[in-house]
Amino acid sequence: MPGRETILNAARKNKPAFIEAPPAWAEGASIAPEQLTQKFIKTLESIGGKVIQCNDYDPIRAKLQEQLATGRFIANTIQGLGATSTEVQTNSNAQSLEPVEMAFIAGTLAVAENGAVWVYESQLLNRLLPFICQHLVLVVSRETLVSTMHAAYRKLDIAAEGYGVFIAGPSKTADIEQSLVIGAHGARSLLVYLVGGTEI
Amino acid sequence: MKVGLFVPCYIDQFYPSVAIATLQLLEKFGCEVVFPLGQTCCGQPMANSGFANLATGCDNNFVKNFVGVDFIVSPSGSCVLHVKEHLKHPDKEKAQFIREHIYELTEFLIDVLQVETLPATFPHKVGLHVSCHGQRGLNLSSMSELVAPEFSKPEKLLSMVAGLELTKPKRVDECCGFGGTFCVFEEAVSVKMGKDRIIEHEANEIEYITGADTSCLMHLEGILKRKGSMVQTIHIAEILNSDLVPFKAERS
Amino acid sequence: MSDLDQNHINTMTKKAVAHAAAAEAFIGDEERTDWHDETLWFVRHKRDLAVNQLPEWEQLREQASRIKDHTLSNLDKYLMEFEKNALTNGVQVHWAVDAQAHNDIILDLIKKNGVDRVVKSKSMLTEECHLNPFLLKQGVEVVDTDLGERIVQFRDEPPSHIVLPAIHLKKQDVSETFHQHLGTEKGNNDPQYLTEAARQHLRNKFVESQLAITGVNFAVAETGGFVVCTNEGNADMGAHAAAVHIACMGIEKIIPKAEHLGVFLRLLARSATGQPVTTYSSHFHRPRAGQQMHIVIVDNGRTRQLGRPDFRNSLKCIRCAACFNTCPVYRRSGGHSYHTAVAGPIGAILNPNLDMKANADLPFASTLCGSCTNVCPVKIDIHQQLWKWRQVLAEEGFVDPSKKIGMKGMAFVLAHPDLYRFAGKMGRWVMRAVPGLVNNKLNLWFKQRDMPAAPKQSFRDWYLDKNKHSLKK
Ligand code: SF4
Repeated sequence: MPGRETILNAARKNKPAFIEAPPAWAEGASIAPEQLTQKFIKTLESIGGKVIQCNDYDPIRAKLQEQLATGRFIANTIQGLGATSTEVQTNSNAQSLEPVEMAFIAGTLAVAENGAVWVYESQLLNRLLPFICQHLVLVVSRETLVSTMHAAYRKLDIAAEGYGVFIAGPSKTADIEQSLVIGAHGARSLLVYLVGGTEI
Repeated sequence: MKVGLFVPCYIDQFYPSVAIATLQLLEKFGCEVVFPLGQTCCGQPMANSGFANLATGCDNNFVKNFVGVDFIVSPSGSCVLHVKEHLKHPDKEKAQFIREHIYELTEFLIDVLQVETLPATFPHKVGLHVSCHGQRGLNLSSMSELVAPEFSKPEKLLSMVAGLELTKPKRVDECCGFGGTFCVFEEAVSVKMGKDRIIEHEANEIEYITGADTSCLMHLEGILKRKGSMVQTIHIAEILNSDLVPFKAERS
Repeated sequence: MSDLDQNHINTMTKKAVAHAAAAEAFIGDEERTDWHDETLWFVRHKRDLAVNQLPEWEQLREQASRIKDHTLSNLDKYLMEFEKNALTNGVQVHWAVDAQAHNDIILDLIKKNGVDRVVKSKSMLTEECHLNPFLLKQGVEVVDTDLGERIVQFRDEPPSHIVLPAIHLKKQDVSETFHQHLGTEKGNNDPQYLTEAARQHLRNKFVESQLAITGVNFAVAETGGFVVCTNEGNADMGAHAAAVHIACMGIEKIIPKAEHLGVFLRLLARSATGQPVTTYSSHFHRPRAGQQMHIVIVDNGRTRQLGRPDFRNSLKCIRCAACFNTCPVYRRSGGHSYHTAVAGPIGAILNPNLDMKANADLPFASTLCGSCTNVCPVKIDIHQQLWKWRQVLAEEGFVDPSKKIGMKGMAFVLAHPDLYRFAGKMGRWVMRAVPGLVNNKLNLWFKQRDMPAAPKQSFRDWYLDKNKHSLKK
């Protein structure tokens, strides 16, 4: 590939003398452990998400049952909640997922400073699911809460799977006159269940 | 302490009262002030237009005039910044001494003379215009973009003036649009920026706009006069010196 | 090709008007200028609120800046490391020396896969390479899926801002455009209603699409993966629905390690819109089963910029647009006045590298106030580089010759104190005696501003007068 060599040679020739990388970010001024939950909730709510705290899966199961009863296409990918949806497969195409009304997906960890929840591909079943569904429900354990993104990346192995994503709130846009509209292309709402521990 | 007074060209020609106030203020605080007679300009207009290499003659003249003083002080942040950043001379030591010992007036009063009180009186409502080169270049005050403690050398001095009521525009440190040759090459944007600053100041019902850079004030004054506004501009040196010289007596 | 397509190509290639003239035309509609200024200032304000919540903000900027400095100093190695890991991950890697090569690679992939329509999420690189008009000419339809980009695409306009592509438009404009192209109700200006219409329209495009193009925000050398950040979710909708995903990146998008993402993702959205993070930060490492994933790594003048010591650190840019939002000139002249894909302060230091002659006006479209440098999350000394570009452009002869003659005259006078004093005296005398000589239409100062009153005495004269006796030898 001639382009490759040309570019690499030019980069080699034109780059400045080597500059050391800075030491890894030393966490400072992070959020106190007892404030993580409140910070997460406050932040996520400020960007349009909702949070429900619960001690176990019961309220989530109830929510799933209630949704299934509507007869609409409800996708569950969390085994702990009951049977997972057979209609959602890794290779399900956009056409078949387009009607999904609500999807229940488990997250790996939650970040207090920005309200983001990390989800691995294996938890999604299908990469499109959290985007193409009309409404998204994420379930994440309170124990997984970390203060900042630095802490999050220390815990995650982003290359462990083919795809992974931080989701912070519902899909949104402000492209028309900077007025915020929730529900651009992805989910119109995000509900996060924060499970376990005592409610604060 | 021997202080060389640097009076930028347009102040010399159009705003002598600013230079007079600066001279008198410095003398009042016990400085021995000299005004080197052969001085012209710092060379900024050329450099900002892309012709820094034409400024050699200007630079040489500057060094020739200002060697031998302990400090150089000027009532124009922008010219001071230019000298600090760009003054070149074959005699590197001399040039370096000048670059390190040139001060804008308010920073000289606060940092070197450590002024804590002033006998000035100015019973008026005044809006403060923060000039970019002084602020972001010389660090005369904290900047709204940075996460850092707030401070302001000009404000500290103005707070020592009896009777003065200080106000700030809504956007505390937005540029007025002067920008050197920008004011003519980008005339439309320049004027629009100035008009917008003035609207925010006028909303505070002030009598004067003050600042530490005469060039910004000249631009704002031009717009104010054209629209027939009652608001006037006044350089901070004139306010700080206001008990010594009856206000604007020297101007006409 | 339809008229619309032809129009589009015309717009993209038509000769640009210099910034000052375009800005003057923009300001001609003062009410709209005020609106534009206020709207973008509000974004800057949101940024201020967000960054002030992090006491460590300035250290974070410093960290990001140092990571980028380090990366640029080792760029070839990191590119190779990235390539190696991406290949291992099953991603195909392509290299493009310039815009043409980039466009050719993409066209080739499109043809190989036998498609004639692609969906594309926001990528300033593809704008820089003018990919859309190129593909249109080849009979390929490109559907921009970012809402703002779709709006300007319908209108045959380039984006005016790298984060908010349609920020120059008001909702009435969008409503009219959507009425024409999507059949929305005439006169319904409700952003909610208009966004919903775009959502329905684009959902169909996603579902039908076979090939998706996205940009890249960060490419991680140690893992061979890349991160794409959006609020709308359009990049993911496109990439996950399509059988082929092509991600385009400039060589400067590389960062060494996954842990560095923590630093950059904390900075990016806060700087851009004041959000704590974008809604979606998607990490792509391997194609999904049965999918093709391609990465096109583009130089297009970047290694040349890397070789310019004064300007190389412009390559640290993470395209947050904070410098646009804070720029008092940008807010009052609009993105189109910069006549380049990337406008604003960063555009003004990147574009002269691409074409000095065509973009010689841009470094002068600034008062050098320095606000851009202060907001920049990776600490690019933008206003210093604007100043330095002016020197380079003057040196290379890309500045108006009449300006040069004037400057030479000025330099001569200022180097000669006697001449200077004579000129000053004459000047003041002329202004008092024949104001019409100065106060006329040719004097751009006087057009909208009065001249300062010319005093009888200069300071120097006053000083000599006062010290008559003591100064006498
Ligand atoms: S130059 Fe800095 S502020 Fe401007 S877009 Fe790039 S990263 Fe953001």
